[in-house]
Amino acid sequence: MRMKSWKTIAKRLGLAAGLGVLASAPALAWEPTKPVTLIIPAGTGGGADQMARFIQGVIQKHELMSKPLIVVNKGGGAGAEGFLEMKASANDPHKIVITLSNLFTTPLGTGTPFNWKDMKPVKMMALDQFILWVNASEPYKTAGDYISAVKAGEDRAFKMGGTGSKQEDQIITVAIEKETGGKKFTYVPYDGGGKVAVQLVGGHITSSVNNPIEAVAQWRGGQLRPLCIFDKARSTYTAKVTEAQAWGDIPTCAESGLPIEYQMLRGIFTTKNATPDQVAYYEGVLKKVMETPEWKEFMEKGAFNQTTMTGSEFEAWLTAAEARHRELMTGAGFVAGAK
Amino acid sequence: MSAIDPDQVHDVEAEKPLVSLRAADIAVALLFLATSAIVIVDSVRLGFAWLPNEGPAPGYFPFYIAVTMGIASLINLARALPQPEGEEAKPMTSVPGFLRMCAIFAPAVAFVFAISWIGIYVSSAIYIAAFMLVVGKFPLWKALAVALGVAGISFAMFEIWFLVPLPKGPLEAAFGF
Amino acid sequence: MEELSALAEGFGHALTWYNVALMVLGITLGVVIGVLPGLGGANGVAILLPLTFSMNPTSAIIMLTSIYWGALFGGAITAILFNIPGEPWSVATTFDGHPMAQRGRADEALVGAFTSSFVGAIFAVALITFLAPAVAKFALKFGPAEFFAVQFLTFASFLGMGRGTPWKTLASMCLGFALASVGLDGVTGSLRMTFGYDELLNGFKFLVAVIGLFGIGEILTSMEDGLKFSGADAKLRMDAVIRTWKQLPRMFGTFIRSCIVGCWMGITPGGATPASFMGYGLAKRFSKRGHNFGKGELEGVVAPETAAHAAGTSALLPMLTLGIPGSPTAAVLLGGLLIWGLQPGPLLFVEQKEFVWGLIASMYLGNVVGLIMVLTCVPLFAAILRVPFSIVAPVIVVICAIGAYTVNNSMFDVWMMLAFGVMGYLFSKLGYPLPPLVLALVLGDQAESSFRQAMLVSQGDVTVFWSNWLSGSIMTLGVILAFWPLAQGLMNRFGRSRPAAA
Repeated sequence: MRMKSWKTIAKRLGLAAGLGVLASAPALAWEPTKPVTLIIPAGTGGGADQMARFIQGVIQKHELMSKPLIVVNKGGGAGAEGFLEMKASANDPHKIVITLSNLFTTPLGTGTPFNWKDMKPVKMMALDQFILWVNASEPYKTAGDYISAVKAGEDRAFKMGGTGSKQEDQIITVAIEKETGGKKFTYVPYDGGGKVAVQLVGGHITSSVNNPIEAVAQWRGGQLRPLCIFDKARSTYTAKVTEAQAWGDIPTCAESGLPIEYQMLRGIFTTKNATPDQVAYYEGVLKKVMETPEWKEFMEKGAFNQTTMTGSEFEAWLTAAEARHRELMTGAGFVAGAK
Repeated sequence: MSAIDPDQVHDVEAEKPLVSLRAADIAVALLFLATSAIVIVDSVRLGFAWLPNEGPAPGYFPFYIAVTMGIASLINLARALPQPEGEEAKPMTSVPGFLRMCAIFAPAVAFVFAISWIGIYVSSAIYIAAFMLVVGKFPLWKALAVALGVAGISFAMFEIWFLVPLPKGPLEAAFGF
Repeated sequence: MEELSALAEGFGHALTWYNVALMVLGITLGVVIGVLPGLGGANGVAILLPLTFSMNPTSAIIMLTSIYWGALFGGAITAILFNIPGEPWSVATTFDGHPMAQRGRADEALVGAFTSSFVGAIFAVALITFLAPAVAKFALKFGPAEFFAVQFLTFASFLGMGRGTPWKTLASMCLGFALASVGLDGVTGSLRMTFGYDELLNGFKFLVAVIGLFGIGEILTSMEDGLKFSGADAKLRMDAVIRTWKQLPRMFGTFIRSCIVGCWMGITPGGATPASFMGYGLAKRFSKRGHNFGKGELEGVVAPETAAHAAGTSALLPMLTLGIPGSPTAAVLLGGLLIWGLQPGPLLFVEQKEFVWGLIASMYLGNVVGLIMVLTCVPLFAAILRVPFSIVAPVIVVICAIGAYTVNNSMFDVWMMLAFGVMGYLFSKLGYPLPPLVLALVLGDQAESSFRQAMLVSQGDVTVFWSNWLSGSIMTLGVILAFWPLAQGLMNRFGRSRPAAA
């Protein structure tokens, strides 16, 4: 094993020259002719970044692509920077992008001129869940308890922390406010999901809607308590995460009287003018990624909903999701220029 | 072109003056005022009130910062305006001094412009070689060696080791990058 | 003590020839990354990360953290030699490091920078070794109000630093704040000062500004005057290390102060860049030789370097115990931990003892190996100054351009870098001080966000900053520091007038 990693290092540093690159069978109609860039329309350390770098790691470890995959963060303007670059390079099939909800929320919220139709959908990798979390020292055991407390408390007395402004976390918060009898949350935007979880542990906010992977460490450490999951069915992962509970033991929000569903797209897109061959190539690579044991482990750790789609099914899903975001954001008054 | 020898120390104050410190001071203060006007315009659009329950609006800090900057620049302007009596104005730079700066800066602008067309590696090789030949008076082989060396090493480092894609042009494309 | 035996065991895991070789490799890469502006530790870590999957986690993290140490050491090199900060935290190192190089004391500046980096790091590692759980709890106390208090304190420690007139200092500082506000406003999600230009979405990046202001600005000045390096002809003496080390003991106070500042900023997490500014600012104010700062004082190199390295090292603590990365590099490392199946967080120290103590042991080893490596190379680095300027100048412009481009992969930033270069030249000629500008640029954004988050939490009540002992005492300290120059002036006047009266 040590020998192997030394060799990889040597190869990586170009010491072993470019001779050993020949390999890999010409099974597919199209192969990249130069390194492929994977754009992350978000900063380092977040959920999309973690998944993108994980995909890169898996591809390199199993040598799934003949050319290197380069990961670049372009998170400026809530991801607008990355998406605009995809739009501008419509004719370069050597670029792919990983998306999160800002695919829909950023153009609506900031008025930046782009749309998912400016890119070519390749594959939905998974759906990321959202969970309502509170500090474990609080008395609320269920989402019902918590919502009653918000109803009984003063307006704005409860503080909901979240990532960014006018994005998924705040959209869910607004949706919850419809169930609290007119009482509002004070929504506090932070610049990353990990930070939100820590602020919740420190008691600076009263609840959060973190993705599972962002708060799982604090859950296992007994510092945070999950109240409900914003999905229509419970999670299918039944292996114990803490001593007593598995992801599957967390009730859905609808079960607890909070009829809200929201999931975030983790999908891969390429540039608009990519040919069917090129799309098929990326689809094939990603399919192989999803077959690895590492991917399965990653999915379980983050309690992802392993729904996956391609082609016209994926496009129909995107159209519906876009309409839903427009509706939610218009309702919340988050659409740029609407005020 | 012997005036442009960067490896030799020049006494700028003894050379023919180009622009006085006073003129530059006034110009910079005016630029500051223009910047503060731009910021004020946009922060008014964003709103600069102190909102109930929310605290400052998005334009609050930029607005007051721009106002402060404007006031400070007005004072700077007022201090720069009066012509110093008697002694002649102190120069900011001299004609040859300005030419020496242009010797590096004007090609730098051309270099940056060229990056978009022929890529950063080719344009940096040309830039370095040209500067060494024209300004440094190095023999051609030395200039070429340094220029190609720098371009080659940075290519290896960025494109091959660290996989940081930099702008590339037709030459790199011919080699499949 | 329990920690000591665990640490001894950690050394057992970390100290193998294989791991030491990985360290040397990592540090070499790190120094290269540190030297080149635009290539950050995050690049190196991200690129080597995939090939560490076949190693065991301890060896992997040893190699990756070594890149981090190398980058921390390396940032100082170009800052001292060419006034180009290779990394954001080496901006403050240029203030005295570059003047030292101009006076032919580049080797001393380099040795001073490396040694103080080492001291800062070891101090921080010792803190991690013995106080990790307590420190992690302390970090949880930091909400928006406390973050703002820390940022305010950093700023206050730097007020009255510039040598320009007060009005020019003020204008320069406000410009920094104004530039920092361009782009997306994180609190409301609206775009500010972009006027519909997509290039401005990202705002003005700190690194692009400093590469232009310091690097290109310095090139212009050097071209105008001709190169004033008296060091270029000075003989290279091999006793630089001894010569510099002899001067260090008298800076004991500065070392301690910067270590504390650095650890504090790393944990809270304020970051290495503000820490370096704060270390420099405090040293200038409280050191006996403070009035000489900016003219090439060794202590002015020691103060920011110690603080930056202490902060960079202690930033790993919140990552391990809380899962929040204290820097972009730490964020990428965090991703790595997850892929190796290690979940950072409160349980890491319990469940993964072997890994954690191996990592801590490797921090000691990595810094020792790193120090030896960079110190032996000092004559080599200093020799770069003997290269004729007509070779160095265009090469620096090229390196700056690459650096500015890689910050965001955008040509617009390269043009901005040239504009900032002209600005840097004009400002230094006209007596507008640059440090307040860059500090405002790096802190302005964060400070505004924290302030407004705190206002959201408190429903617009400003007294929230004095609502608990922690933020209250930091704020009070900040106010005292902000008015210190004034108080000192009064005291001086008082002190002078009394003997006269008597």
